[in-house]
Amino acid sequence: MDTKFDIFNLLIGNSNDADYEKKPVIIQGMTGSFGSTHTRLMREYGTNIVAGVTPGKGGSKFEGVSVFNSMKEAVETTGSKISGVFVPAPYFYDAAREALDSGIKLLVAIPEHVPIIDSIKIYEYAERNGARMIGPNTPGVIIPGTMKVGIMPAQPFTKGNTVVFSRSGTLMYEVSYHLSNSGFGQRLGLGIGGDPINGTNLIDSFDLIREREDVDSVVVVGEIGGDAEEMLAQYIIKTNFSKPVVAYIAGRSAPKEKRMGHAGAIVYGNYGSADSKIESYSKANVPVAKSPREVPLLLRTLLKK
Amino acid sequence: MRLLEYQGKELFNQFGIKTPQSILVQNMDEARSAAEKLGYPFVLKSQLTVGGRGKAGAIQKCKDSDELDSKFNELLHKEVKGELPRGILLEKMVEIVKEIYLSIFLNRSKRCFSIIASSEGGVDIEQTENKVIKEITINGISDEIASEIVHKLNIPMESREGFISLLFNLFKVIVEKEAELAEINPLAIVSDGTLLALDAKVIIDDNSLFRHKDLLKYLHLSDLEKQASDNGFSFVELEGNIAIIGNGAGLVMSTLDMVTDAKGSAGSFLDFGGRATSETIYEAIKVISRIPKIKAILVNLFGGIVRTDLVALGILDAYKNDILKVPVFARISGAQSEKAKELLQGSEARLFDTVEEAINAVVLKVNNTN
Repeated sequence: MDTKFDIFNLLIGNSNDADYEKKPVIIQGMTGSFGSTHTRLMREYGTNIVAGVTPGKGGSKFEGVSVFNSMKEAVETTGSKISGVFVPAPYFYDAAREALDSGIKLLVAIPEHVPIIDSIKIYEYAERNGARMIGPNTPGVIIPGTMKVGIMPAQPFTKGNTVVFSRSGTLMYEVSYHLSNSGFGQRLGLGIGGDPINGTNLIDSFDLIREREDVDSVVVVGEIGGDAEEMLAQYIIKTNFSKPVVAYIAGRSAPKEKRMGHAGAIVYGNYGSADSKIESYSKANVPVAKSPREVPLLLRTLLKK
Repeated sequence: MRLLEYQGKELFNQFGIKTPQSILVQNMDEARSAAEKLGYPFVLKSQLTVGGRGKAGAIQKCKDSDELDSKFNELLHKEVKGELPRGILLEKMVEIVKEIYLSIFLNRSKRCFSIIASSEGGVDIEQTENKVIKEITINGISDEIASEIVHKLNIPMESREGFISLLFNLFKVIVEKEAELAEINPLAIVSDGTLLALDAKVIIDDNSLFRHKDLLKYLHLSDLEKQASDNGFSFVELEGNIAIIGNGAGLVMSTLDMVTDAKGSAGSFLDFGGRATSETIYEAIKVISRIPKIKAILVNLFGGIVRTDLVALGILDAYKNDILKVPVFARISGAQSEKAKELLQGSEARLFDTVEEAINAVVLKVNNTN
């Protein structure tokens, strides 16, 4: 993984760019009911959506935005490097391949129920192309006050200097809502997705912001299943990650060997249990909130130190 | 989807991985005629999707018809972790020379698959230090990795070729059937050098099932799970008496934890996801209303994309059609929540501004009715 991948530069550019904060975005599956609803909401929020792709509907327009038959045409015409993928899971692999082949550098993969093997193949292909996938099964990415590529509601998010990384969509909203209410606006909200395989995982997410001066703290919303939190804790220790971090973990009381809604949220034996995650975090001096409401309280304590 | 042992073995056989002779039965009559075909001694193996059946006594040796009479019915009615067996497998006993642990699993943090192999079969692999772990991409296992494992496991010369082809076949199961895990524990080398999978643990990626119609026959959902899945939401039945319904898996899990912290006991996890309408919440309440132990429903809703007013209408419909027999405690916030609250005003549903208040009220109510 190229750790220099700069998500802020890709999403909004630098302040001396002519299209600063208005980088062009393409939506794959824009004319479907889900895609069209969210295209509307993203545009209302300020996202510069310049094209949609729906095979067979090329040449038409959706609320003034051009629709193309292929990603190749859409990218060539608009020069966009960002695609929000809103196609159903069975078509995700082909859509994502097409996007990466056309020069897309950031793929925001919204669909849930993408087969694991498809996710792995797209992850590997994106790596080879110097591109990055967020998701699948992600609510997307938001720079509060500026733009969002995804399905997150606007209300919970406010501008600020905290970042929120989350394995769960609604919990990202809920935690951000409590943060906003307590005066901790967000610089970035990124849903890594609830699947076992994430194109951008927690460690990658931390890499995206570790050097940024406009980020003063990190909230990481996790859940049972897998070893993402355990690996992150090791990373925090090993790399001396210097920004204050507060964590939350959902599913402490979930039974073993049952999938709790997310494909990735399942505990086998002790693998992926909340206890194991909390213990790892405690070794990395990361306090773990008991509820979403407690997150800003813990953050305030850390920032006061 | 976790396959039962006999299903995993059917899959293994399709891919050229050999298993001992076995017959699946559902009752004593079938067991007796299977016993005649197999001949004694054999092993009785309870077919469960939960782990730890050996320790729970759900695998029994059977040396004659007297033992069959005494042990079979016991196993057929023996629950392990709340699950009754879906049949008993009668399996011929084999003479084991050496036991091996072998599995290929999805390595989540490395975003690839990994092989774990150990020359100590039949053990709890997490406790074993003597094991080989190798990462492999979906493009296949290299000959180098295969021969490294053969050497580390000290596979006898006459079984090496067989072991390597078994390893490649096991990986074919992973790729062609889209499994997250294919584990053989133990893999036995028998007296003539043949390799036999004595157990099979296979977990199929649920999201890939649309490409594997042949595996759909193994999908086993309870009535309630089926009703939930038909209506597009996820549902897990839990042991307690407070049904938890909400939008988003994380939020519902989080609610579950807070209910537990407040000394309440969750009876369901029900996530109707991001596209809730009045129909989906109505269907969700219908599923919950079929569980007799449920004493109250806690709805935790964080409206964003989900229109909370539509959810309120769903709750009202449930009252109108008399499917709601237990009190509803709802925390509704976010998009259109004022409208939702207005709609529910005057109904029996109790509304709260914060989830903490809703949880305190529901726990108090349920613990007082007990």
